[in-house]
Formats: sequence, C-alpha cells, structure tokens
Amino acid sequence: MKSSVITFPGSNCDRDMDVALKKFGFKNKMVWHDDAELPKSDLVVLPGGFSYGDYLRCGSMASKSKIMKSVMNFANSGGMVMGICNGFQILVETGLVPGVLLRNKYLEFICKNVFVKIKNKKNTYFKNIDNDVLEFHIAHNEGNYFCTKDQLKEIEDNEQVAINYCDKDGKTEEQFNPNGSIKNIAGIFNKEKNVLGMMPHPERMIDPSLSGEDGSLFFNNLINNLK
Amino acid sequence: MTVNEQVAIDHGLKKSEYTKICELLKRTPNITELGIFSAMWNEHCSYKSSRLHLKKLPTKGKQVIQGPGENAGVIDIGDDDAIVFKIESHNHPSFIEPYQGAATGVGGIMRDVFTMGARPIANLNSIHFGSPQHKKTKNLLRGVVHGIGGYGNCMGVPTIAGQTNFDSSYNGNILVNAMTLGLVKKDKIFYSKAAGLNKPVIYVGSKTGRDGIHGASMASASFDEKIEEKKPTVQVGDPFTEKLLLEACLELMAGDSIIAIQDMGAAGLTSSSIEMASKGNLGIEINLNKVPCREAKMTPYEIMLSESQERMLIVLESGKEEQAKKIFDKWNLDFAVIGKTTKSKKIELYFDNDQVADIPVNTLVENSPMYDRKWKKTKLPKKNKIKKEDLKNLKIIDVLKKILANPNVCSKEWIWQQYDHTVMGDTIQKPGGDSGVVRVHGTDKAVAASVDSSAVYCWAHPLTGGKQVVCESFRNLISVGAKPIAITNCLNFGSPENEENMGEFVECVQGIGEAAEYLKFPVVSGNVSFYNQTKDEGIKPTPSIGGVGLIKDYKKMITMDLKEVNNIVLVIGKTEGHVDQSLFARNILDEKNGPPPEINLFNEKNNGETLLKLINNDLVQSAHDISVGGIITAVSKMCIKGNKGINLKKPKYLINEIEYFFAEDQGRYIIEISKKDLKKVTDILNKNAVHFDELGTVNENELFINEKTKVTIDELKTSNTSWLTKYMSK
Repeated sequence: MKSSVITFPGSNCDRDMDVALKKFGFKNKMVWHDDAELPKSDLVVLPGGFSYGDYLRCGSMASKSKIMKSVMNFANSGGMVMGICNGFQILVETGLVPGVLLRNKYLEFICKNVFVKIKNKKNTYFKNIDNDVLEFHIAHNEGNYFCTKDQLKEIEDNEQVAINYCDKDGKTEEQFNPNGSIKNIAGIFNKEKNVLGMMPHPERMIDPSLSGEDGSLFFNNLINNLK
Repeated sequence: MTVNEQVAIDHGLKKSEYTKICELLKRTPNITELGIFSAMWNEHCSYKSSRLHLKKLPTKGKQVIQGPGENAGVIDIGDDDAIVFKIESHNHPSFIEPYQGAATGVGGIMRDVFTMGARPIANLNSIHFGSPQHKKTKNLLRGVVHGIGGYGNCMGVPTIAGQTNFDSSYNGNILVNAMTLGLVKKDKIFYSKAAGLNKPVIYVGSKTGRDGIHGASMASASFDEKIEEKKPTVQVGDPFTEKLLLEACLELMAGDSIIAIQDMGAAGLTSSSIEMASKGNLGIEINLNKVPCREAKMTPYEIMLSESQERMLIVLESGKEEQAKKIFDKWNLDFAVIGKTTKSKKIELYFDNDQVADIPVNTLVENSPMYDRKWKKTKLPKKNKIKKEDLKNLKIIDVLKKILANPNVCSKEWIWQQYDHTVMGDTIQKPGGDSGVVRVHGTDKAVAASVDSSAVYCWAHPLTGGKQVVCESFRNLISVGAKPIAITNCLNFGSPENEENMGEFVECVQGIGEAAEYLKFPVVSGNVSFYNQTKDEGIKPTPSIGGVGLIKDYKKMITMDLKEVNNIVLVIGKTEGHVDQSLFARNILDEKNGPPPEINLFNEKNNGETLLKLINNDLVQSAHDISVGGIITAVSKMCIKGNKGINLKKPKYLINEIEYFFAEDQGRYIIEISKKDLKKVTDILNKNAVHFDELGTVNENELFINEKTKVTIDELKTSNTSWLTKYMSK
C-alpha cells in the first residue's frame, strides 16, 4: 500500500505520521506543499501542526496551497484522504468535509488521552474493528466542531459522524466532551466516506511505551481494509 | 545625538565604565558605538558580576563534549549521539508582558540549541510566581502558561517536565526559566567560532524590526513604578517563522557550507557578530543597508540593538551563497549577504556609505568590566526546638491533606495539559513524574530531564541550598532509572550591588559547585539573571538546576505510580526528623526560621547509585524521591498516581510520628518492590551500607497509618488535584 503525507510549512506531526504509516506496512512518501502532483497513493494524509502558523484561520492558508488542488481531485474521484488535527482543520477549509472548528470551549490548548466511540463502521477506515471505543490522544487549541442545524441534520442523515468523544464505557455525555464540540463530534466523513477528518492523533498511540496502543489497532485495520 | 556621560548613564552604563570606553577607543564613541558597548557590557551579556565566581564551577567530565561558553552545552550519550542542552531566564520581559515574554524565552532557548545543529527533542520550564493571593499572580500565570504553550506547541517540540512555585518574594518579579534538549550526531555539531578571511557573513530568518531594543539592558536593571513604560523592550515571538528557520537551518547543516553560526538573541546583531569575531580572533565588516528590515528608516543604532526574534547569523564558505539561498527561499525566509570576515580584528559597520562604527573586538569582550563585588556570608541559623504541645493537637491526615493541596505541592495538571507533551512520538514519561523522559528516536536509549529549585532552603542557608538543588536534580533522574550526566543552571538572584544578594549568589554557586564536583555531575551551560528585584526588594535566591541523564534501555524506565497490591514499600536513606524549613514547619507550624536540611554528599551519591543498581537488576517496581512534604507526601503521590493504597507503619525510631512522616531529610527515596525480591534488595542495600526502613505494603485504595487512622486515596486525590483548577477558574 502506498501513502503520501503532505508537509506544509508549519506541519509538525508529519514525521510522526510517516513513522506510524511505515510501522504498519505503508510505503510512505513525504510530499511538499508546493508540488503540483500527488504521487500514486492509496491513502493521502494531511498531518497535524500549525500550517502557515495558522495565522489567518487554522488550515485556511494551507487549503489554498498548490498541492491541495491535486488532493481535492484525488478525494473527489474517491481517493482516501485523512486529515488529523490541523489536517482536519484544512479539510474543513477546503469544504471536503462540512462544518468548522472553533476555539476550544475553555479557550485553552488541551493535550491528553480521550476515549472516542466509533459511530460508523461501514467505511474503509473503521470496518472490521472489533472495539466500539478507542483510546486516542488529542493535542489542540481549535477542535471545537460546529455546524448549522441544517448541516447537522444532513450529516446525521448521511451517517457522516465518524467518532464521538465518550468515556471508557462509550457514554457520549457532555461531561466527556473535552472541547465543546457539537454532539461530542471528534471526527467526520464526507458523504462518500472516503474522506475522514478527526482531531485525535492515532499516530501518537502506536507503542505500549507511549500513551497507549489503540492507534496500532486503527492503522493495522486501515491497511488491511485497503488491501 | 552627541554622546556624553549622561547619555552613557541613560544607557545603563556606570560613569567609570564610560570613562573606560573613551580610554579604550581613545575618543568619544558615537551613538551607535555607545549602544553597542552598553549592550555588550550590561550584566546580562557580560556576566561582569558573576564571571569571577562562575569560573569555580566544575565543567568537565568524561561525557562532556562542550562546556559553558558556547550557545549550549553538549554531552556524549554513546553511539555517536550527543545531547545539546541549556536553560535560560526570561524573567524581566515575562513580568512586563507575560505571553510574549514567556513565548520568546522558549523560542530563544530552542534557537540556542538548534544553532548547534541539534534538533530540539524536549522542552522544560521552571516558573515562579508571587503569592496566589497577590492581584497580579493569576493573570501572570495564565499569560506565561499560554506563552510557553503557544510557542512550544507550534514548534512541535514536546514540553515534558517543569516546576511551578509560588512565594510572595516573587510578587514583583516572576521567574520564567526555559530549558531545551536537542539531539545531534557527534560529528555534526556547529560552533560559533568564525574562521577564514573574506568569508561571507549571512543574515537569515525574520526581518529586523524595532522590537526588543534594549531588551538586554532592561534585563540588567531593577524594576520601579515605571515598568509599564518598558513594554516596547519586550520582544514579540513568531513560532511559525522559528519552525521554518529550524527546518531551513538543519537542511543547510546537512551539507558542509557553514563555518560558524550564531543565533541573534540578547543584544541581537551586536552580540552575535561580536561573539563570532571574538572567538575566531577576526574582524567583521557589515553593511547595514543590506540587513532586511521590517520597518522603514531604521537607524544603524536601531538595527544593531533590535532584539527581533527568529534570526541567525552565519559565516559561510565562499561560493556557497547560491546553494544556501535556495534552501532559505524554499522556506520563505530572508537571506542576505551583509558583510564579510576581515583581518582587522575590529567590528566595522557601514550605513549609506559612511562608516558608523569602528570598534576593536577585544575592547568589547576581553576588556569588558569584571567586578569582584562585596558579599556577605550567611550564618547557619540555629535549630528550632519543636514544642511537643504544638504537635499534640495535629491530626496527621488533616495535615497531609493541607500539604497535598498546598500550591507548591498540588498537581500541576492544569498547566501541563496546555503543553503538547506527546508530539514527536517519543515521550515515555509525561509531566507529573520525577523527570520527563523521551526516547532517542529510533534507538533503545532514552534521555531523562528534570528542572528543580529550592528557594526556601537557599534563602535560609545559600551554601546548603545550592548543594541541595543539585542533589535533588540527581535524585529526580535516578528515580526514573537514569544515570545522571550533567546539569545546566539558571541563577536567579536580586541585585549584585547589594552585599546580601551577592552573598547569596556566591554561596549558592559554591554549593552548586561542591555538589556537582562530588556527584560528577558537571555544569555544561547556564545563565545568570540578576536584578530580580523591585526597588529594594529582591526575590529569594533561586538557582534552577536542569539535570540530564541517560537510560540505556528505555524499557527499564521507572515511574512513581504504585503497581501491585501486597508489594513492599521501603524508604531508602535515613530519616533524622529535620523539620526546620520544611513545608510542614513553614505552613502548618508557621515557623519560618532555622536551617535547611543538611546535605551529606557521600550518602547522596551512595544511596542514588545503589538505587540505580537495584533498578538495573530489575528489582524496583516504582520509585519516587522524597522532597517537600516528606515521606508521607511522597508516598501519597505514589498512591494517587497508581490508584493504590498503602498500609503505613512508622519504624520504631526515637523521633515521633509527625517528625518521621513530614521531615525533609535529604538523600531519600521511596521504592516499591515485589515480596519475592525483598531479600535480594535488602542484601544489596546492606552490602552498600545504605540505610532503609520498611514502610509498609501496598493495598487496594486506602492510606492506613499504624493500623489506626485511614483515608481513601480518592479523598487525597481530590485534595491534590483541585486547588489549581479551582484557583484558575475563579
């Protein structure tokens, strides 16, 4: 399986993603934001970080960079595109997934482990995962997912919610919501479910010595589903 | 502007220093030259009051590749890997403008590290604030934490450990000390020594603006009621540009075109160019019209003194300019050839075709003032006799809960959750433990780091306090299973012109030196921050020690959380019942006099090294050093972290229960071991003549003392974790 990780100026989880993808069997290539063409890929990842310093709005400048045209064409023709953290913010800015990401409710950066409940397993990302709840890790300042009522209805009707914040038993109550996201949304798909944007970082959970290993579950499952 | 004595005094120079400048130049300096002298000769850059004493610190060791004098210290961690590290203060700016002050402190120290070719792999910080009740404390704390996070998070470098303290002596002068560790291959370390004639001098990074002019001078003076006016001297940080600068510099460093490189920190272009020239025994000629400027009509004076952030100066091999420029173009950074090295041994500046400065480099560096300031020795205070009736009415559990909720003991999760501590995917011990630990990427090795200070001990007796901080750093590294290698120190003190403050400095440095020498724990980098005072009131003497150690096999790392019910808990090291200057004495008995606990360097070394032996023989399940709050505080934290309880039993000593549990005797640790290993462990301890007590056994969820009093761990956890969150949400 071939993957590509895009490096924007200010990306800082690009290497971590490269390490994770390779660990689970991907042949990964790093792609520079100013390139015009994506290499042949089965999966494209927009990594975390602070692309262009996130100075205008998180992800907004990156969504206009040269490589993104090619990424959007790839996504629109059914290619698998995953945006993590800042990558999710970039996806939102391109319109590939609906909604926006606001500043965290308590106006503070949050770095900690969280639990997420898988809402939809009928897609290449989560199909065949045994667990319903995964322990992931978040590290962000703007992860407060928001959309209009109409959008929310559409998202729910189309089963576009990928994961919700919850407790270890899968309860998705407000108190387990770290950042104020509407309906505890931690990640969503596009309509076709080939594009996934999520705030948690599975690439930081791939080793028993780190914060946990549920990221390994996710990546192992993903590469098997792609085969 | 004509220069005269008054202008010099307004620049923070002393009358005698101005006379010396005129003598050295054999003429009156012009305003640009005066600005350069004032920047190079202030306390912050010249170390004029401290140099004499810093010379006495041990700085060499088997694993030391580079000691003080470069951008940062470098130690050998085997297999051609080296760790570059340093701690630095950004106290004055952080008080005036907490967000930017703290942010640029973090930015500055990371630049010091990657200037040497190392990729930063971990950040730490030591921050001190005034009393929680003081009206400024909350906003300063919030601003500093946001600033540290804002910069470090954006850079993608994990903040893995730190320390936060509150004491009313910091009401008017907070401390923000930032530390960075970087990883480099031994043969790819870059230095700041220029070499060769007519080599191009290159400016890269951000454009120069008017921010931070006189920053270093501001940091070399006391505060008065006009500090608000000093806001423009605080630098403004742009972590995004620094991230680009980091990647661009490392890309350039992969080749062989750099002769010397120096970041523009305090005193900007002035100190960076002069340091490179001075170390290379060369001259440098700069055309200031070539310096990329952010604002129109900047004068030579402003360009030379600006402390705009995210800039570097490089001496390149001739002919490599185009190749280097391509890299900086790719990262959208400025790149300008602004001058060349010369044989004149002078710093020569040109602007609009006129020579605007012409100063022999040695007058700025070797001839800079050095003072042997008067200082006063601090006598060891007399021991207090604790009255039995003072202790009679105290209930251990109540006291313990108060101590666990004390601002200087309570959980700092509210702070470190705002720092990205897991980026780079190698953080194997997060903040909240004895040391932060990161793996050396792609290897079995890990590096542990901690930062410590003990201002109360240093204030009570600087010599003992100085030793203690080094020992505490040593213990924090050992507690996670790391072999201590070297330290960096950030020496925060009041005015060196005050005999008492100077005495505190001299004796703390002596203490640091003695302990570092004995423990073979040399000082490889650091900085001094004097004038932490408002009007006449100075801070408690606060040397911060950043320690670095190595774990050869990261799977052997130890954490402090209790692991398994029925395991045995031991105290390593002897408890004599020293209560003076303990948290218990100061906060519960309200007794602020008396000497700090004594340091016995032999025990310190022997206990620590023996514990490492136990750890390396896989005999230790968890470990934690005993510091403020004594045995019971330490063991409570282990319970809270592990969600386990303990049946505690005070050994049959002459001292009473309160003294045993709350005393702050030094050189002690708590360890958890399996029952089956008890004999092996005690044999090793006995063989090495290490005193130990059997403290108790691990249970499910209660702290049970002498089979009499008990409290649930949940209750202790609430005491420990709620104070800071509540305080900040009010």
